[in-house]
Amino acid sequence: MTRSTRIVCTRWGVSLGLILLLEAACRSGVVPTLAVLPPSEMFAAMLELLSTEEVLANVAATFSTVAVAFLAAVLIGFAAGVALHGLPRFRRAIDPLLASYYSVPIFVFYPLLVALFGLSALPLIAIGFLAALPAMLIATLLGLDRVPPVLRRVARMHRLGSARTAALVILPAALPNLFQGIKLSLAYAFIGVIAGEFILSGGGLGYAIAYAYESFDNRTMYGLMLFVLLSAVISNTLLSTWESRLQRRRWRA
Amino acid sequence: MTRREGLLDGTLILLAMLAVWQALYQYAGSAALTPPWATARYAVELLGTPTFWGHATQTLSAFAWSVAISAVLGIALGLWFGAFRFAGDVAEPMLASLYTIPKVTLYPVMLLLFGLGPSAKIAFGVIHGMIPVVLFTLGAVKNIRPVLLRAARSLRLSPMQTARFVLVPAVLPEIASGLRVGFSLCLLGVLIGEMFASQRGIGFLIINGINSHNVKLTTAVTLIVIVFAVGANSALLALDRRLHHRG
Amino acid sequence: MTETAAHAVLRGVTRVYPGTSQVHALGPIDLDIAKGEFFSVVGPSGCGKSTLLDVLAGLNPPTAGTIAFEGEPVAGSVPDGVGVVFQEDASFPWLTVRDNVAFGLRRLGMDAAEVTRRVDYAVGFMGLADFAGAYPAQLSGGMRQRVCIARTLVLQPRLILLDEPFGALDQQTRLLMGDELLRLWRETGATVLLITHALDEAAMLSDRVGVMSSRPGRFIDLVETGWPRDRDSRIVSDAAFGAITARLWSSLRTESMKAIGRG
Ligand SMILES: Nc1ncnc2c1ncn2[C@@H]1O[C@H](COP(=O)(O)OP(=O)(O)O)[C@@H](O)[C@H]1O
Ligand SMILES: [Mg+2]
Repeated sequence: MTRSTRIVCTRWGVSLGLILLLEAACRSGVVPTLAVLPPSEMFAAMLELLSTEEVLANVAATFSTVAVAFLAAVLIGFAAGVALHGLPRFRRAIDPLLASYYSVPIFVFYPLLVALFGLSALPLIAIGFLAALPAMLIATLLGLDRVPPVLRRVARMHRLGSARTAALVILPAALPNLFQGIKLSLAYAFIGVIAGEFILSGGGLGYAIAYAYESFDNRTMYGLMLFVLLSAVISNTLLSTWESRLQRRRWRA
Repeated sequence: MTRREGLLDGTLILLAMLAVWQALYQYAGSAALTPPWATARYAVELLGTPTFWGHATQTLSAFAWSVAISAVLGIALGLWFGAFRFAGDVAEPMLASLYTIPKVTLYPVMLLLFGLGPSAKIAFGVIHGMIPVVLFTLGAVKNIRPVLLRAARSLRLSPMQTARFVLVPAVLPEIASGLRVGFSLCLLGVLIGEMFASQRGIGFLIINGINSHNVKLTTAVTLIVIVFAVGANSALLALDRRLHHRG
Repeated sequence: MTETAAHAVLRGVTRVYPGTSQVHALGPIDLDIAKGEFFSVVGPSGCGKSTLLDVLAGLNPPTAGTIAFEGEPVAGSVPDGVGVVFQEDASFPWLTVRDNVAFGLRRLGMDAAEVTRRVDYAVGFMGLADFAGAYPAQLSGGMRQRVCIARTLVLQPRLILLDEPFGALDQQTRLLMGDELLRLWRETGATVLLITHALDEAAMLSDRVGVMSSRPGRFIDLVETGWPRDRDSRIVSDAAFGAITARLWSSLRTESMKAIGRG
């Protein structure tokens, strides 16, 4: 067994062990079942919930909001990153803002967004977008920064125009960072949308969880929570796998 | 770029943001937000009231606790994972995964486990803030160049001297970066905690303002939070840069 | 050396890097490189060798002076027929060795069969045949540099500029690569400008060696080696080889001391 398979196996083992431990702790009453549901029941609750129309509607609402926010953030974040990279002085000036961005809880802007966009899906999309945008922008800047200058000179030696230089040299060279940005953007869009729903809005999975908590419906709460967490972990893992598949040969040193 | 130019650019950016704010106010009206000058005046007024400070003290103390716990636990775990390579390689992607989940869904669990008091907020701040500290510390330890340790051995440094003159200076800058990120996320966690099922704290003030359509209050408190977050973050960033230049 | 038409002509070429602390890196330099000549440049580190290459290739404009390649002024872009091998590792990490080498040919819209033929030849020539499907990250530094050389050579440039291409190689491989370079030079009839910090390499490969002063770089000596065109690394045992290397070192010694701050 190679070291990396051992690592993966151990990771699965540890995860499974933690789940079993929680199961045992709940079943034996060390953790009160009133506070935490045993994982097996969480899972059963999740499956039950996912067969109800109401929950599926919530899932669809949340996922589509996240998807729109994510796509907009990736496209606009990339474009803004490229533009900002070309304007070094402006970039230096707004650098402190970028660096402090994630220290401000963005959904405090929710009322403002509602006033701007009305009570629709747009304010939530905007929150997801605002949460994800800087991740993509910063990743794009970093990616462009890290393109080795000598590669640009190679492009000039091959007498490539600026479009072909961008497509054939700059973009592939910046790709690892761009991918990182895409991954983070998805995670942040999801975090932003769920948090917005949870605290402020009247719909979607986040709201359903908050509502279940307030009506002491632990089964629903834990079922939905498990679903949200699994969705985040699975989508993140899928992207990571795809990323390492793309990068594997490339960076195998 | 000279210092003067930097100052000028900073001022211009600030003015541009104020202009956008004013324009938003003109567009969305006073049901959405209050204009810059009025907001600033009200914020200063708020800062003179004991009620505000009652809430602020709650938030700041929960924040301070969660930063302290995140730092201690995070550094300890990070060093441990860093020292035991295998454990670190097992844990790193799990932690990274944990970092990307919508942690807000876990808040009800904190409430069920810790009750409605400040402990739930602190715990919630810790879940947000600790992971980056662990990850940065782990990375710092993992990336110490082995040749540094060999150099220490060749100079016949004692283990204490090695730690003091080689290991600590080598990992400190990265750990400081982790603490800076953790600091921001702790604040985020505590504020989110206060926005849900809470009766006290800055987060509560904001959410209460939103629910009771007290736009003046919401905007002013939001401004105070932003100024605090950006100010603290900039100070830590400056410190961070100093450490990295040396390192 | 027989008198042939100058292939590249530099007149009063100077380069000052702009910025707050203006660095006068090069010149003024006057130089004629003959068509088919193998010209090497040696000089202390930081004296402006790479700067000279950049300016000659049209990658950077000279601050003063003019450059002509095949009678046409070089300005703003790399002229057709000039190939450059850079000092840094410039292989594309996202392409296999084969695709790296084919990069330039595909940009020219050459048909696939011809690309394959030329690429296979260049890959074999550089001793990379077993690694044609590998990615640069799987290769050693020296092999990556060979990928870059192959990528430039397939374009069949008439003027080849090489910036310390063998810096990452061990001495034995370096000698053998020198032989390969000589063979290539003979077969293609290209003009070669080689920048190197190895005096023996310069002495062995070149028709003429330019010795540069410490920054701002100027030619303080031009040494004709007088080697026959048909030569290889075995000339290192020739008595004349020792004499040339000695002359290069005596010209360089003072300048090198200046470069490390003991002038
Ligand atoms: N882009 C640049 N800006 C400012 N100075 C530079 C730049 N590139 C090189 N220099 C300076 O010009 C001098 C010559 O550099 P270079 O041509 O790379 O030297 P060499 O290749 O001979 O080692 C050095 O002192 C170097 O620091
Ligand atoms: Mg150089």
